[in-house]
Parts: sequence; structure tokens; C-alpha cells
Amino acid sequence: MGVHKDEAKQKYARRNLWSGVLFGLGLVAFIDEFVFHQLLGWHHFYDRSTTRVGIISDGFFHAFSWFATVGSLFIVSDLRRRKAWWYKRWQGGVLVGAGTFNLYDGLVQHKLMRIHQIRYNVDILPYDLVWNIIAAVLLFIGILIVSSTRKEIFKGAD
Amino acid sequence: MHGSHTHSEVPLAVEILLATPFLLMLMGYFAAAWVSARIGRSWPLSRMLLWTAGILVSAAAVAGPLADLAHADFRLHMAGHLLLGMLGPLLLVLGAPVTLLLRAFPVTRARQLTRLLRSRPLGFLSNPAITATLNIGGLWLLYTTNLFQLMHTNMLLYVLVHVHVFLAGYFFTVSIIYIDPIPHRRSYLYRAIVLILSLAAHGILSKTIYATPLSGVPAAQAETGGMIMYYGGDAVEVMVMIILCYHWYRAARPSSDAAVA
Repeated sequence: MGVHKDEAKQKYARRNLWSGVLFGLGLVAFIDEFVFHQLLGWHHFYDRSTTRVGIISDGFFHAFSWFATVGSLFIVSDLRRRKAWWYKRWQGGVLVGAGTFNLYDGLVQHKLMRIHQIRYNVDILPYDLVWNIIAAVLLFIGILIVSSTRKEIFKGAD
Repeated sequence: MHGSHTHSEVPLAVEILLATPFLLMLMGYFAAAWVSARIGRSWPLSRMLLWTAGILVSAAAVAGPLADLAHADFRLHMAGHLLLGMLGPLLLVLGAPVTLLLRAFPVTRARQLTRLLRSRPLGFLSNPAITATLNIGGLWLLYTTNLFQLMHTNMLLYVLVHVHVFLAGYFFTVSIIYIDPIPHRRSYLYRAIVLILSLAAHGILSKTIYATPLSGVPAAQAETGGMIMYYGGDAVEVMVMIILCYHWYRAARPSSDAAVA
């Protein structure tokens, strides 16, 4: 089938990757807000140990993640109307975005800036370990998928 | 002074003063829609509904029960701020008032309006970086200085603050999403960046209010108020983001060969 289709995919390889990364970032921020803040009530809006820079970082990431979610889905629509949506590469991008943001959230925002902890009144270490290991695994799988689609680009170029 | 406000109600005269312009805007809009229909181009019902909703939402924040209660309760004050400065302006912008006026005006009047839109002051006011600064900067002054407290004893300040919140919200929305004709156009990317930065500043200010309540505001009210501002701001700005991205998506149609990035 698609010599034509593959050409379109490869022409927009980078746009596929980036829209995936942006969507992954937005998705994780959304899950974080919806599940951990609202449903479980583990995360706090603000705890008294939150640093000033933590509030600022939260503001920027929160705003950017909303835009990333909306924008990335419009880019998917754009890729689809160009018949250039490369689902596998996009999915790899989603995992890279999700893993990267979760690691940043788990290490920098929770631990360094102390925006809030994963849960309160418990031994926090196992929660931190599970959180950050999951993030690293997502990131790792994402990188594997993206690099395997990268090989397809080079194969196509031959 | 502390704990609760001594003046728990807004004088009726002040409410009437603030509500009258909204009433005139509503009547003017429907008069223009009637003229437009009479000269042959009917104005869409959806726009009329959006405009009416925008007027009601904005006016509710300055007159009537919500405005009275907001004077004594910070949570309701914040809900009113969201209506007057964010949701109301968005609905009004979606009513496309300038397009309607250009249709309803006779040619010479329409030309004058176009000249006004092209003028330098409006060019200045259609730069999103300027309107975002006026918008967020005004809120920052209101909630981090004692302006908030002064506003509740000085009615002139009360009126000025509310007029500013509404106008800054309206011009900010106009400068981000182009529903009406706008001669001084800025790129999608620039508008997107300013929108993200201003939502970030809005979120930072919300959490600052939560963390350090204004004097005279009970901590529990400041905390709920901060959260209303944070999540309410998200809800309105996500609508603005969807509209901006949709326009961007439409402009980047492959047939027109315009690239997204």
C-alpha cells in the first residue's frame, strides 16, 4: 500500500514525535490533578512547606500542560488531515513526555521545591520510589519506541 | 476592621452606576441587530445569546445579590471576579460586537469605526503582552497590596477597580482570540505564549492568595477563594485555548500551504 502514506509520515516525523510528547505531558498533568488531587485527595493544593519557587514552577507547568493537551490534539487532527499520523511514533512521544514530566514532578517539584508530597501521614519513601520508578520506566519504553521508529525513517531514506 | 468588613453592602447608587453601561450595551447590541436585519442581513441568534449571557454574567458581579454578598465574603468576591474579568468578557467577545456595528452602521460611520480600530492606541491595546500586563498587573496590585481593603471603604476605588477588571479582561480576550476584525494582528505562536504566561501568573497569584491571606480576610475564605480563582481561571482559559488552537488549525490548512510551525 502506502508508499505515499509512508512519505507523508516521514515528512512529518518530527511533528508526530512532538505532538506525542506534548500530549504525554498534558496527560500526566491531568491524571495528577484528577486522580491524586481530586479523587484520592492525597496531593495538596499547597502545604505550608511549599517554597516560593515551587509555587512559580507549579504555575508555569500547570498553564503549559493545559495548552500542551489542547494544542497536541489539534496537531493530531492536522496530521490526520495530511494523512501523516504515525501512531507508533506518536505513542513513543506520549511515553517520553509522560515519563519526563513525572520524573520532574517526582524529583524536582515534590522533593526539591516541596510543592506537596505524594501522600501525607505515611512513610513517604515507598511512594516516592514507586512514583519515580514508574516515571523512569515510561521514559525508557518511550525512548525505545521512538528510536525504533527512527530506524524506519532511515530505512525509508535508503 | 479585622475578621469581617464593616461595610457589608454596596450602596444602591454604586450598583446602578456600574450596571447602567451593561444595560446600554445590551440595548445597543439589539438595536444594531435590528438595523442589520432591516437592511437585509440578519444577525445570528447564537451571537445574540452569547452577548446576552455575557452581559448577564458581567452585570451579576457588580449589581444584585452576588455583588452585595461578595462585599463581605471573599469566596464570592472571587467568584464575581471570574465572572466580571474572565467569563463575561469571553462571552461578550464571542458576541462579535464590532462585526455587528460594521454591518449596522451607515458607510461613513463604519469607516470612522475602522479608522478607530486602526489607530495607534487600539494597536497598543491589541498587543497581548500589554493587555496581559494590564490584566494580571491590576490583579496583582489588588491582591498583594492594601488596595483590596481600601476598595471596601472608598466607593470611588471600588468603582475604578471593577471597571478596570472588566475592561482589562475584555481587551485581553480580544487580543488573544480574533472573533472581530482586528487590524493589528499578531502571530498565533506569540498569542499562545502570552496566554500560557498569563495563565501561569494567574495560577501563581491564586496560590499566593491561598498562602498569604489578605488582611481582613479569614484564612478559610482566602484558601477557598484562591482555589476558586485557580480552577475557575483554568476553566475559562482552556476555552480560550481551544478557540485559539482551532483558529490556528483552520489557518494551517494544507490546501492553503501555510505551515503550522
